Amino acid sequence: MKKIKLYLEELSCPDCANKVEMVLNKTEGVKKADVHYTTSKANVEYDPDKIDISGLKKAVAKTGYKVEKTK
Amino acid sequence: MKKKLKIVTISGFLIGVGWLSNLLNFNPLIFDTAMVAAAVVAGYQVAISAYNTLKMKVISINLLVTIAAVGAVIIGEYWEAAAVTFLFAFGSYLESRTVGKARDAIRDLMDLAPNLATVIREGEEKEIAAEEVEVEEVVIVRPGEKIPVDGRVVKGKSEVNQAAITGESVPVRKEIGDEVFSGTINKNGYLEIKTEKVGDDTTFGKIIELVEEAQEEKAPTQKLMERFSKYYTPGIILLSIISYFFSGSVRLSLTLLVIGCPGALVISTPISIVAGIGNGAKNGILIKGGEYLEKSGEIDMLAFDKTGTLSKGEAEVDQLITYDKSEAEVLRLAAIAEFNSEHHLARAIKKKAEKTVKTEIKSPVAFETHTGKGVTAQIDGKEIMIGNSRLFKEQGIEIKPEIEEQKNRLEEEGKTVVIVAENDQIIALISIADRPRENAYQIVEKLKQVGIKKVVMLTGDNERIAESVANELNLDGYRAELLPEDKVKAVEEYQKEGYKVAMVGDGINDTPSLVTADIGIAMGAAGTDAAIDTADITLMADNLNKLPYAIGLSKAANRNIKQNVVFAVLVVFALLAGVLGQKVFLASGMLVHELSVLIVIFNAMRLLRYDAA
Repeated sequence: MKKIKLYLEELSCPDCANKVEMVLNKTEGVKKADVHYTTSKANVEYDPDKIDISGLKKAVAKTGYKVEKTK
Repeated sequence: MKKKLKIVTISGFLIGVGWLSNLLNFNPLIFDTAMVAAAVVAGYQVAISAYNTLKMKVISINLLVTIAAVGAVIIGEYWEAAAVTFLFAFGSYLESRTVGKARDAIRDLMDLAPNLATVIREGEEKEIAAEEVEVEEVVIVRPGEKIPVDGRVVKGKSEVNQAAITGESVPVRKEIGDEVFSGTINKNGYLEIKTEKVGDDTTFGKIIELVEEAQEEKAPTQKLMERFSKYYTPGIILLSIISYFFSGSVRLSLTLLVIGCPGALVISTPISIVAGIGNGAKNGILIKGGEYLEKSGEIDMLAFDKTGTLSKGEAEVDQLITYDKSEAEVLRLAAIAEFNSEHHLARAIKKKAEKTVKTEIKSPVAFETHTGKGVTAQIDGKEIMIGNSRLFKEQGIEIKPEIEEQKNRLEEEGKTVVIVAENDQIIALISIADRPRENAYQIVEKLKQVGIKKVVMLTGDNERIAESVANELNLDGYRAELLPEDKVKAVEEYQKEGYKVAMVGDGINDTPSLVTADIGIAMGAAGTDAAIDTADITLMADNLNKLPYAIGLSKAANRNIKQNVVFAVLVVFALLAGVLGQKVFLASGMLVHELSVLIVIFNAMRLLRYDAA
């Protein structure tokens, strides 16, 4: 299991954070994700054997948001 | 962001065109076309996002809005469709603008992070990225430049503005051996600094990380709100379907969808917390999370750990009573006699002498320490003796009754008194005490003003010292001669009496009581990670100035959260009643929804400007 912080472009509504969170949590290989509206950040715990960073970025992209940087 | 504005503008323009043509009695087809076009412009992205998330089996507010808009077009309510999508787009544009401002409080702080550092590599001065400096490497900081690393001054002296760390902009003097922090600004001198910590490891880096994490920490109220909205949204969707079957009104069902997401409620708590924590961070106050912000808003009692909080935690010369000698001469002799001593009383005397005596203080001849009693030394051919009464008794020197009396009086005030003699003649009494900080009295007053009912002191010091400090500062009580575990017990007792107790300490010696208290506040924590880790609230500056501010800010934040929650709950029920009572329809429902979100955000933004304490 690996942990990563995804800095998203500014989330525009609280529900958008929930949306990104739910989408990430339903993505294969993601163990746990929490997304914070107020900081526009996603803390993700994932299995690197099943998904890589670009996979996570793609999952976020489905919701219409870009990942600006990761840490 | 720009794209959003464009969408809102175009959609708004189309709505304007529609109404204008209506006003001029043009063909209604123009009105209808313009409205549908406006709805499409404002809604197409909403619909795309709704579709994408639906594929992941997630129902979002976008989906609800899309259904409402499409439904409105189908039943021929073109204006309602346009209004709903336009208001939704415009609302979210304004929301992100204002929330962006709250986020900026932290972003401003991040902007204080240093980017570049000047180092000497291969014999040449080079500018490199601040994170690339190596530990032990020496960096050069010129006047006006930002210090890029945590480390110690190895050359030069200057004044440094440490506002980025402590929130206080009064410059602090830095000389060789002094600790300096990344992110602070070198005012007027040239400094060379030996690097100890770089990048994320620096105190500044830690602050940023902590503040970020703190904003994500969910407060109890927030959790409650989220749980509520988790059931509320599906509940409303269900209600929308049921109401269609009962009343057959499509408009009613669609309106229910529009209000199905209690935006104001979801955002009410976190937005206040972000603003509150952001304000604190700018003022050198680190609040670990929303939970602590809420809790410390309820604090009504403050317990100080004396050493290092109410007082400076170091002995200082308090009074100097001389007998037929000038003060300067006494200090000079005493400082020379104590030159080789590292006793804390000796240090206090030397420190005082450094400030007042002009001539050089050098090592004496024939220096002798009498452990637990004092010192003797020869200076300028004179026999100098400094110590307590035991030393004088041992050396057979008589202390006159009037001197004895003065000494007793000082000791009753909780001070330590040393006697100075020259050639067996007593020339002075020096009283030494750990003095309360200059502004401690005012701080206690201010704490009362921000709503603290009781201010007490829990100290390891003896009864006499504790009593005199408590009297001087007008405290509501004190307990003396306490061991760390006694302090824990004392805090627990106060809690049993029904007080919500905050404990203020240095975060190092008093960890157990800080943890036991409802809120643990560490002060002077710049550079001490352990203190930051233990405390719920950390004051970076080594003084009490920001304490009333921290408490006042927490109370204001707590009030702000309550206002927001009450308002948001009222809006939710008012909207629901309005919709079910057929008073609120699509457009007005969306308008109230968006307005309520904005009002909640604006209310929280007031916390960014909180500045009274």
